[in-house]
Amino acid sequence: MCLAVPGRVMEIEERDGARMAVMDFGGVVKDVCLEYLPDLAVGEYAIVHVGFALQRLDEESARQTLELFAELGLLMEEFGDPWEAAAAAEAGGAGAEVER
Amino acid sequence: MKYLEEFRDPELARGLLEDIRAAVTRPWALMEVCGGQTHTIIRHGIDQLLPEGVELIHGPGCPVCVTPLEVIDKALEIAGRPGVIFCSFGDMLRVPGSDRDLFRVRGEGGDVRVVYSPLDALRIARENPDREVVFFGIGFETTAPPNAMTVHQARKQGIRNFSMLVSHVRVPPAIEAIMTSPDCRVQGFLAAGHVCSVMGVEEYPELAARHRVPIVVTGFEPLDILEGIRRTVRQLERGEHTVENAYERAVRPEGNPAARAMLEDVFEVTDRAWRGIGVIPGSGWRLSERYRAYDAEHRFEVSGITTRESALCRSGEVLQGLIKPHECEAFGTTCTPRNPLGATMVSTEGACAAYYLYRRLGTPAALEVTPVG
Repeated sequence: MCLAVPGRVMEIEERDGARMAVMDFGGVVKDVCLEYLPDLAVGEYAIVHVGFALQRLDEESARQTLELFAELGLLMEEFGDPWEAAAAAEAGGAGAEVER
Repeated sequence: MKYLEEFRDPELARGLLEDIRAAVTRPWALMEVCGGQTHTIIRHGIDQLLPEGVELIHGPGCPVCVTPLEVIDKALEIAGRPGVIFCSFGDMLRVPGSDRDLFRVRGEGGDVRVVYSPLDALRIARENPDREVVFFGIGFETTAPPNAMTVHQARKQGIRNFSMLVSHVRVPPAIEAIMTSPDCRVQGFLAAGHVCSVMGVEEYPELAARHRVPIVVTGFEPLDILEGIRRTVRQLERGEHTVENAYERAVRPEGNPAARAMLEDVFEVTDRAWRGIGVIPGSGWRLSERYRAYDAEHRFEVSGITTRESALCRSGEVLQGLIKPHECEAFGTTCTPRNPLGATMVSTEGACAAYYLYRRLGTPAALEVTPVG
């Protein structure tokens, strides 16, 4: 029951005095209450738990995280030890270059 | 959404694992608080991929598992009464009470219904005005706002034949209890991302500073878990203990203000007993005075219940991270998901269930990465 899953808004309507959406979860379609995210719009994504949208899902943040992960992998291959490299970069202040 | 698939990318996982390996100079014990994270870890074998010395301790973050036996027995008592429609999330059905479970109550003629959302229970109440509809309201800070909204809607819509058996629990007091336990081995926390998507991260800096323990807000995909571990280990190696948000795509610092406001309106903080652990001060929510009319404990006389816990079940130790599930003598023999002694075996988020499902049965890890260290 604790699972919260990302879904995409397909339609929005008022029902029984509450703001409700029809949302798509990778092919499974369910009714979702939008009372906690009233400005969520059609086409946007949100984390949904027990039929309630609880937080907007930020695609931009997701991409940035993945880029960081990719960069870590790349640094690993390039420099052998990204830990040392990151520490060196930090010690050298902003803009410091990682040395080979 | 393509990027959700990418959060399981073995190549990226390898990079993160290498980075963790390069950072570790001595053993560290980290606790993942949420049962959903425990399942990701065991399912993908993340604990076995980590460098030697980095240990994951499974926390008490499964609401089904920690619901006190007394509350389960109250639910069974109410569900068995004539005229009652008892609604619950599906994973409460097989949780053992003192002498039976909700599934058995249904077999004996009780009207027990599984709902997907608490609003479904409210709809059932609207459609059955001559019956008493009771919803079993358990869960952490992620589930409490939907349940709070449902009670609020019941009042707003004037639905009088609806009530809720409330046993909500809160994460920060549990972290406090774990850190102050004399047996505590935990040195860093992977905080439950979806709890924080509602509550934000405001409650954590003080906890982190006072117990000198890093707390990293972590998501639920394999790479999320590895990133949470990477950041926690990095802090520990540097002697730091701050709060970091590694789940920015779903967690804002302030959480969800509308949900928090509703929680404050409908519930009030109370002491709560956790199954297998005992009473943790301020660790629960109950309905506030304004909504007392919707409290099933007040509507139905269910006081004076005597409970009987299984003598064999060691789920309390599992929930506190003192033993791993397979270290219990009953694991996989007298205790299985079909015949569970304790809630940790039957809940979909229980640590025992995760070990039984993914490890004992040898389900291959979906994340095909070579172990390091």
